[in-house]
Amino acid sequence: MSTPEIAVDSAELVPPKRSLAEQLWSLCRRQPLGAAGGLVVVAMIAMAVFANVISPYDPEANSFEHMLSPPGADFWLGTDQFGRDIMTRIIYGARTALFVGFTAAVVGATAGLVLGVASAYFGGKFDLFFQRVMDVFMAFPLIIMALAVVAILGPGTQNVIIAITLPFIPQCARVVRSSALSIREIPYVDAARALGYGHARIILRHMAPNVVAPYLIMLTSFVGQAILLEASLSYLGLGVQEPTPAWGLMLQGGAEEYAESAPWVPVFPGLAITLAVFGFNLFGDALRDLLDPKLRSR
Amino acid sequence: MRFNYRSVAAAVALGCAVGTTQTALAQETPQRGGILNFVVPSTIPSYDAHRETTFGVIHPMAPFYSLLIRVNPANPASPTDFVCDVCDGTVPEPTDGGTVYTFKIRDGVKFHDGKPLDAYDVKATYDKIIFPPEGVPSSRKAFFSMVDAVEAPDARTVVFKLKYPSGAFVPALATPFNWIYSKKDLDEHGYEWHTKNINGSGPFLFVQEQPGAFVEGKRNPNYHHEGRPYIDGFKAIQAPKMAVNLQAIRGDRAAAQFRGFPPKAVDDLVKALGDKITVQTSDWNCVLLTTINQNRKPFDDARVRRALTLAVDRWGGSQYLSKIAIVKTVGGVAFPNHPLAATSEELQQLAGYYPDLEKSREMARKLLADAGQSNLKFELNNRGVDQPYKVVGTWLIDQWKQVGLDVTQRVQPSGPFYDTLRKKRDFDISMDFNCQSVVNPIADVTKWLGSAGNNFGGYEDPILEELYDNLAREGDPAKQRKILRQYEERALSDQAHLLVTLWWNRITAHRSYFKGWKISPSHYLDQQLDNVWLDKSLM
Repeated sequence: MSTPEIAVDSAELVPPKRSLAEQLWSLCRRQPLGAAGGLVVVAMIAMAVFANVISPYDPEANSFEHMLSPPGADFWLGTDQFGRDIMTRIIYGARTALFVGFTAAVVGATAGLVLGVASAYFGGKFDLFFQRVMDVFMAFPLIIMALAVVAILGPGTQNVIIAITLPFIPQCARVVRSSALSIREIPYVDAARALGYGHARIILRHMAPNVVAPYLIMLTSFVGQAILLEASLSYLGLGVQEPTPAWGLMLQGGAEEYAESAPWVPVFPGLAITLAVFGFNLFGDALRDLLDPKLRSR
Repeated sequence: MRFNYRSVAAAVALGCAVGTTQTALAQETPQRGGILNFVVPSTIPSYDAHRETTFGVIHPMAPFYSLLIRVNPANPASPTDFVCDVCDGTVPEPTDGGTVYTFKIRDGVKFHDGKPLDAYDVKATYDKIIFPPEGVPSSRKAFFSMVDAVEAPDARTVVFKLKYPSGAFVPALATPFNWIYSKKDLDEHGYEWHTKNINGSGPFLFVQEQPGAFVEGKRNPNYHHEGRPYIDGFKAIQAPKMAVNLQAIRGDRAAAQFRGFPPKAVDDLVKALGDKITVQTSDWNCVLLTTINQNRKPFDDARVRRALTLAVDRWGGSQYLSKIAIVKTVGGVAFPNHPLAATSEELQQLAGYYPDLEKSREMARKLLADAGQSNLKFELNNRGVDQPYKVVGTWLIDQWKQVGLDVTQRVQPSGPFYDTLRKKRDFDISMDFNCQSVVNPIADVTKWLGSAGNNFGGYEDPILEELYDNLAREGDPAKQRKILRQYEERALSDQAHLLVTLWWNRITAHRSYFKGWKISPSHYLDQQLDNVWLDKSLM
C-alpha cells in the first residue's frame, strides 16, 4: 500500500512576509496612542538634529527692534523680550531637552540595570544592604533629590544631567532586580558559573540582556521625566542658563512678567514641554505593552 | 575750603528726575489709624544694619530705629536736604575750618525699653560704625575715613572731629543704616546682640518676626516727632518672588513694595487697577557694573578690558532695556544728574560711550586682535535675580558676541554669587553693582579704587588712588568736578577697570490709598514710615 503523495507548496507554510511599512501600519493600528507619541518623539529628534537648517533665525541674537512682537508672518510664534524668535528658540530648545533627557535617562537607566542585576545576582547581605541604600534614595521625591544635587553642585547643563541621573538609578535598579531575581535561578546562569566565568561576565553578558525589556520601558519613561525635570530646574533658575535656548528657561523668563501682556512668551514653550513629555509617555506606554508578554496576550 | 553741600542743593533737587505724583502727595492732610501691609522682595540676613547692606533689613526694620540725621522725609529726592532726627534743631554747620561738627541731642527721645537716648548712645553707635573692634563687621566704616574722633562732652552734645574738611561727611552721617543703638545694650550684651534683638527709638515698636514670613510693628506712642506716626502699625511681608509682590498689590493683600518694579509689570498693574494705583519714578543711586578679574589672564591686559567696554552699546541699551528692566540712564562713575556727574557730551569722550557704535566695535576687534584674543572665551558670573542682573547679563553677552567673543553665563543664587565675587574670586568677569543710599559721589566712587573693600577686580592703580586722594581733600566743587573727570577717564576708559553698564531706574507702584511716601533715589532711604498714612476714603 502506498501512501498518496500530497504536494505541498512550501510557500504556503511560511506566513507571507510583510514590508516594514505594513508592519509599522499594523503597529500603529494596534497602538494608535503609542504611534502618536512616537511621531512626537521622531519630530522632536528631527527638530533637534536639523535645528540649524529649519530655524529661521539665530536663537541667541538680540533684536530689540522686534521685542515682544506677537505671532505673525515674520515670527510665527512671536518674539521674547530680547526680540528673539520664539519658534527658533523652541526648535533649538529641543536639542537641550533631548540632550539632557537622553543623557540622563541612558546613564541613569544603564547604571540602574547593572546595579540591579548585580544586586540580584549576588543576593544575600550585599543585596540586603544595596536595597536599603536604594530605599534611602527613593524616599526622596524626584524633584527634591534633583534640587538637592543642583544646590550642592551648582547650576549648569552638566550638573543638571547629574542631578537628574542620580534619582533614576535606584528606580531602574529596583525594577530590574525583580526581573533578574527569576533569571538568576535559570540553569544557564549556573552553567556559566560552572564554566568558570567571572561575575562581571555573567552579569553583563548573560543576565543583563535578559532584562532588557523592563530596562527599555524604564528608559523611555525616564526621557519624558528628565525633560520635565530639566524644564523644572531651568524654570527655577537652577538649570541651563541664558542665552542657551531651553524650554524651562524660556518659560521662566516669560511667565512672570509677560503672562498677561505678551502671553505667547510663556505659552509656546509651555506647550512644547507638555507635548514632548506627553509624547514620550505615550511612546513608553506603548513600548511596555509591546514588550510585556502578559499585556501583549490580552 | 570745604564742600558746601547746601549751595548745590537747589540745583541738584531740580536736576534729579524724580516723581510723577509728588505734588499731589504733598498737599493732603494725613489721617490717623490703620495697618500698613507692604511686601519686601528679600529676606533678613540679620537685624544689625551696621553690618548689613541690603534693603531686606532696612524695609522691615528701619521703622524701629532713629538716626542722628536723615534725608528730609518731605523731600527725599534731594541728595543734599538733611534734617535732624534725634539731634535738635537743624543740621549744624561745621566749625574750625570745616573739621568740627557739634550736634545737640533732642530732649525726650526714648528707647523702646524706656531708657532715655542721649549723646553717649550716639557716640557708642558711631564708635561701633567708624572704629569697630577687630572682628566686628561695619559695612560703612570706609565712609568715615575723614573722622578722627567722636566725642560726647556731656549727655546732650556729640562732637565729630575730622582729619580734614570733607563734603562727604554729612551725607555719610545721614546713611539710613546708621541706626542709633543704646550704649547700655552694647556694653551689657556686646556687639552681636543687635543681630538678633531690637531696641530702637523709632516710630514703631517691634511686635514679632515670623522668619521668612513677616515682621510686625505697632505704633510707638512715645515717638519723639510729635503726632507721628500716623498709622497704628505695619506688617512687612517677605516675598522674594516678584510675581508674588505684584499679585499681593493687585489683590490688595499689600499696599506697597518699596524696591521697585520693571516697567512692564507696572504697566500691567496700572492697566488692571487704574487710578487705584500710584506710580512714582526716579533715577536710582545704583549702577550695574561688571568686575573684571585682573588676576586672570588675559584680563590683566588693558587692551582686552578696553575692548570689552568698547563692544557695549550703552546708548541703544538704555533705549531698549529700559522697557524691560529696571535700568535706564547712561552714566559714568557718579550718580547721573548730580552736579559732579559727567554730561552726555563728556561721557561721549570715553571708550564705550562713543556715539559711533560701529567705530567702537571696530576698535574693540582691533584691540582684541592686537592682544591675540580675537576668539576669547570666558564666563560671566551672574546673580540669580531677574531684575536687573539676568536681563542685563543676557544683553551683555549678546553685545560681546558682536565683536567675536564667546561668553557663557554662570548664574548663581545670591549667596554663592557673592562667595564667588568676594571670597573665592574664581571668576573671569562678574556682574557687580554699586548701590548707595544717600547720593554722595565723593564717597560712592571709591568703588573703583583697587584698594576699596568692595572692589574685587584684583588690581592696584596708584594713579587712580592719587586722583581720589586729591578729590577727597578738594573743597571747591568746580575743582572736584574736574578731578572727577580725570578719575572717570582713568577708571572707565584708559584702564577700564570696572565697566559701567547702565544706572538703575526706580519705578514704584503702590495702592493710591497709601499716602505720604515719596520716592527717593535709593530704595534704602526714607523707610522709617513715620510720615505715611492711609486714606480710608480710598480703601
